Amino acid sequence: MTDLAPAEDRKFTINFGPQHPAAHGVLRLIMELDGEVVDRLDPHIGLLHRGTEKLIEHKTYTQAIPYFDRLDYVGTMNQEHGFCLAVEKLLGLEVPRRAQFIRVLYCEIGRILNHLLNVTTQALDVGALTPPLWGFEEREKLMIFYERVCGARLHAAYYRVGGVHLDMPDGLADDIFEWTETFPKVLDDLHNLVTENRIFKQRNVDIGVVDREQALSWGMTGVMLRSTGLAWDLRRAQPYECYNELDFDIPIGKNGDCYDRYLMRMEEMVQSLKIMRQCLEEMPEGEVMIDDYKVTPPRRDEMKRSMEGLIHHFKMFTEGFKVPAGEAYAAVEAPKGEFGVYLVADGTNKPYRCKIRAPGFPHLHALDEMCRGHLLADVSAIIGTIDIVFGEIDR
Amino acid sequence: MNDEALIDLGEHISSEMEQVVLEAVVVNGELTISAHAEHVHHLMTFLRDDPTCRFSILVDICGVDYPERSKRFDVVYHLLSLHQNQRVRVKVQTDEVTSVPSITDVFKVANWFEREAFDMYGIRFDGHPDLRRLLTDYGFSGHPLRKDFPLTGHMELRYDDSVKRCVYEPVKLTQEFRNFDFLSPWEGPDYGTPTAQDGEAGE
Repeated sequence: MTDLAPAEDRKFTINFGPQHPAAHGVLRLIMELDGEVVDRLDPHIGLLHRGTEKLIEHKTYTQAIPYFDRLDYVGTMNQEHGFCLAVEKLLGLEVPRRAQFIRVLYCEIGRILNHLLNVTTQALDVGALTPPLWGFEEREKLMIFYERVCGARLHAAYYRVGGVHLDMPDGLADDIFEWTETFPKVLDDLHNLVTENRIFKQRNVDIGVVDREQALSWGMTGVMLRSTGLAWDLRRAQPYECYNELDFDIPIGKNGDCYDRYLMRMEEMVQSLKIMRQCLEEMPEGEVMIDDYKVTPPRRDEMKRSMEGLIHHFKMFTEGFKVPAGEAYAAVEAPKGEFGVYLVADGTNKPYRCKIRAPGFPHLHALDEMCRGHLLADVSAIIGTIDIVFGEIDR
Repeated sequence: MNDEALIDLGEHISSEMEQVVLEAVVVNGELTISAHAEHVHHLMTFLRDDPTCRFSILVDICGVDYPERSKRFDVVYHLLSLHQNQRVRVKVQTDEVTSVPSITDVFKVANWFEREAFDMYGIRFDGHPDLRRLLTDYGFSGHPLRKDFPLTGHMELRYDDSVKRCVYEPVKLTQEFRNFDFLSPWEGPDYGTPTAQDGEAGE
């Protein structure tokens, strides 16, 4: 054997993805490796770019709502919520109380849907197969709640500017409440299976550590920011809808590593359950849409019976409503972090510009720095923990 | 939201950064600062480090296109202060050839946001370490979010079985894209909505 080559000659570049089970979608990474240690990563994104922002510029405000389901297709309603809040800010609308509670209820269901997917697939990424099977059973039940309220399991298109499309059907509230009582058992089972598991801890503790300075400079929000010990949650800091009346805790992390983020997501699900129960208990009776015919279409039975109703309905679904010129930024605490919508309106029935600020975008950007010096196998654990969905990153 | 705190903050920023800030206005409970594009790096550093601002998170950078203006692009920065629990929006104007100073050394996250703005609008950022396209296809030409870029794009991609690979072709539409004009001339003049008080005054 001759001497080893100098260190810089031993580096090599490999391609990861775009089709890889651990890439959580269509992520392509160009990795520079020094042996098995990651030296540099260059994420190539945009393989799922559909031009959502361009399309929204050519659609009326109501027609734009379904595009938001197709961003982060795991916690769909949270994003419709961000868009509706932005339009409502420009129109100066106040949503009826019952609609606020329904929105919050479904946002929290979305959060649980998202976290269930994330924590269980993170376990899958580091080698456990059972957690996704258990978690997906519960996601199935939650998607049936989606279906019962709006007819769609994934792409809900349920929120509307000025409220929600339909009231909840009879019996749904009781069924959701019943589910909130059975779900803690499932969470306990997941804890038993994963939390103290030796392999899971070895793969996650002290992996992908982010400190506070880094988190701020990389624009991290949501669980990623809170894992560094900052209790920043938009539901508490800049409350929207009825969040300031609800009682819930914000879990924070201590070490900023993958394991902390896993624990925080597990705890956030418990808090979401708490919020859901409060919503169901305190939900008032009443309308679910504002009574403003400049913005809302007539009820279907009125459309069928009255001439004016029919004309009004036709106008609403062809021309839509006009939004006064101006600009607004509205942000919600989506499961992955701050989801923001920056709207520029020019006084017509279509947005002039709609910029979607996806939480996963800055997180994925930080992947390079988070992975440096880690082993190749840790990359998939880190991708799992930053909770990326390509629908929202590529838009 | 608390408008007064925002107005105070706007006054503070415009008095400290007199040379840089054009105006600071509060609309809909949001503070918007218009600034000179060439000083944006200075302004961002100030907003991040000034003890009364401490806008530590850069939430977003995006472009907006106004083709009828001579400086056709707005570059819009959104910042968030965890310390103050406030948001601020900074707007600068530029055109296709003038570059805006990059703020990647102030906020690391600006890197991809600027790449995206470059990709979508062709806005150039001076001092950016790696100004490549981000979201569009490899070898893409044009800037899709510009208002003069058609919604359907210029090229389409399909798998050609005869050559056993994907081929790019100019877009062929079986039907024109239907863009309805809703700015109807039949709406009539806007007299404003009569109120109860108007009726009383008439009598």
